[in-house]
Amino acid sequence: MATKLLLAKAHVEGIRHFEVYRREGGYAAVEKALKMEPAAIVEEVKKSGLRGRGGAGFPSGMKWSFLAKPEGVPRYLVCNADESEPGTFKDRYLMEFLPHLLIEGLIVSSFALGSNRTYIYIRGEYAWIVGILEQAIAEAKQNGFLGKNILGSGFDCEIYVQRGAGAYICGEETALIESLEGKRGNPRIKPPFPAIKGLWDCPTVVNNVETLAAVVPILNMGGEEYAKIGVGRSTGTKLISACGNINKPGVYEIEMTLSVEEFIYSDEYCGGIPNGKRLKACIPGGSSVPILPANLLLKTAKGETRLMNYESLSDGGFATGSMLGSGGFIVLDEDQCVVKNTLTLARFYRHESCGQCSPCREGTGWMEKILTKIENGKGAISDIDLLWDIQRKIEGNTICPLGDAAAWPVAAAIRHFRDEFEWHVNNPELCQTQNYGLAHYADPIHVPA
Amino acid sequence: MSEAVKTVKVTIDNITVDVPMGTTILQAARMIGGDVVPPAMCYYSKLQGSGGKCRTCLVEVSKGSEADPRPMPKLVASCRTGVMDGMEVKNMTSPKVEDARNGVVEFLLLNHPLDCPVCDQAGECHLQDLGYQHGKQGTRYEFKRRTFEKHDLGPYIQLHMTRCILCYRCVFTADQLTDKRAHGILSRGDHAEIATYIEKSLDNNFIGNVIDVCPVGALTDKTFRFKNRVWFTKPVNAHRDCKCCSGKVTLWQRGEEVLRVTARKDQWGEVEEWICNECRFEKKKTTDWTIEGPTHVSRHSVISQGHYENTIKPKETFTAVHGGRNPQLLMDIHSVSEVNDPSIDLSQINGPATSDVYNHSTKQA
Repeated sequence: MATKLLLAKAHVEGIRHFEVYRREGGYAAVEKALKMEPAAIVEEVKKSGLRGRGGAGFPSGMKWSFLAKPEGVPRYLVCNADESEPGTFKDRYLMEFLPHLLIEGLIVSSFALGSNRTYIYIRGEYAWIVGILEQAIAEAKQNGFLGKNILGSGFDCEIYVQRGAGAYICGEETALIESLEGKRGNPRIKPPFPAIKGLWDCPTVVNNVETLAAVVPILNMGGEEYAKIGVGRSTGTKLISACGNINKPGVYEIEMTLSVEEFIYSDEYCGGIPNGKRLKACIPGGSSVPILPANLLLKTAKGETRLMNYESLSDGGFATGSMLGSGGFIVLDEDQCVVKNTLTLARFYRHESCGQCSPCREGTGWMEKILTKIENGKGAISDIDLLWDIQRKIEGNTICPLGDAAAWPVAAAIRHFRDEFEWHVNNPELCQTQNYGLAHYADPIHVPA
Repeated sequence: MSEAVKTVKVTIDNITVDVPMGTTILQAARMIGGDVVPPAMCYYSKLQGSGGKCRTCLVEVSKGSEADPRPMPKLVASCRTGVMDGMEVKNMTSPKVEDARNGVVEFLLLNHPLDCPVCDQAGECHLQDLGYQHGKQGTRYEFKRRTFEKHDLGPYIQLHMTRCILCYRCVFTADQLTDKRAHGILSRGDHAEIATYIEKSLDNNFIGNVIDVCPVGALTDKTFRFKNRVWFTKPVNAHRDCKCCSGKVTLWQRGEEVLRVTARKDQWGEVEEWICNECRFEKKKTTDWTIEGPTHVSRHSVISQGHYENTIKPKETFTAVHGGRNPQLLMDIHSVSEVNDPSIDLSQINGPATSDVYNHSTKQA
């Protein structure tokens, strides 16, 4: 069994409640943290090598150390629970089953950063989790872990839960801050970064749910011990939400030394592809990261085994690699159509574009229309080149990463599956009733007998 | 710091300039002038918080600063990026910028109706200028263009949402000039639109300024609607004693008739001093105004063509940008064609009649 740091106690009866969580050793990190210097906690997180679990993978300790600390200005910690990426549902699991783990992580992090008012910005669709979190907050408060003078340390902290209204863009940290302030959820233009000017123009740190929860084991076991788990710069454990054509979809906590092959085919994790089908492709890190065909997914272009971690999944750049992203692992079997899949994603990004900057506002809709055309057998070969040109002009030219997120899936689909697009163009009638199938990018390892 | 404003050196397209610390790249480029100035559709120096949205002013920073010479990984919006000492910026000398800007222009024009022949903004439209500079002849967009339900903004301001490029300037104007903003952006993505949520006319005394800040023909003056083309009218500086604004305006005349009143604009098309609705919409007689003389129009759009001898010609930066090299062949368009010939005064041409001609048949000869 792999090390489980976050989900180890997820199945304990009643772990949602304070008494049970406390009996299982919960809130030890708070007790330990309040006796430490805040700077020492930041140092531990730095030593742990923890990287942001929301998608970008930026070192969390470094992000914390960037926080400006001017005199007399409040600082804020905001927990980004606006988990809206298609395919990613790890934070939901964490908040639903282990709300106290998040609250504990938030108290420790708030103390480390000096935030007396901490916010959880939760996705609007997670309506039932708001109640779970608020109950956990109330229980923690009753037991003296929140509120004024926590455990006699002189540190005050309140946690508030704020629901979003169902916009994907509000998961972008500056749009989240705008929304939290009660404004339209448009991303801000950076710089200034939130660490200097964030919520109500005060220094702010925005972290993902899983990142903040991971602070608890880091404090309990020490940063150096935590860094020993995993490999290279991918330390600790990662939650992966697996879905698509697999036998056992769900949320798994993995060590980042696990190979992609083992993750898909072992019974401990996904349990293989159902109905004896073969693996065609996979989106390894949530819908915005590039899709990879099976032959590049299990082994890198250099022929090395691909592991479930930041470096290995992005090995080869976008030409032959992808990203770990937020850990939304979407598996496609041989019956899935990549064109249709790309269209679905393009439609999502068109719908979720905030409309602030022109490449994303206009480009996402354009890509969706062309993909619809190709999917319906009305496309031309020139449309494929046009799509490529559009995504190229969106990527990197927008205010926030949503433009990139919309461009990457289209780019990767054309890069790796161009023949399938061309087949759609050349067989306008056939493509309405049949799928292109596996072709040459099938999984070369698991050939059924 | 006690010392005076610190200046930094920044090089844009091989031209070095000293600017105060905290200046944006775009402002520094405007200090140089000429062709090195990136176009800006959403940025407005008089409106706090504007800019960064249209992405036409993207530039390449090939050297971050003297202290950290690494280039910036992505193109940056020059209107919102501050200069650093020793920064090197490429605008017109960078193929990457050229490519990205062409893309942005294509995106901006994608759903634009291109109804310039019936648009009042034609001739002083920034999108039109941008299209001429960076656009292609045809479009690669083959789908139906976006349309919106019509919203009535009251007796003075006409909204054409199909022409809007969502620069947010009018939103910032209403926020910063009026005490209560009544319009804003509704919806998101490509359905985002300027509107008042509940059908409501905009009636703040300074709301007329949204017409001047609008870079396209989305917000136009209802009192000037379809009266004339701007290049047939003559801009004249004038002023009057106004209780609530500076009263310094530009009158757009055709003959003796004042067809339109706008605020005075600088060479970047930005309003110099905001004016009130009374000056803009109610005072349409020459007797209301003290005429100062012809407006100095920069050679910016067709309005300047054929008006006055004191048209300001922008500085030519061509040779400096190319490191002292002169272009092998540079043709003067006027020697080839009569189009835009400065010696022909369009307002003198026996062109379309003014509304007077039709409204008062007695005036006809």
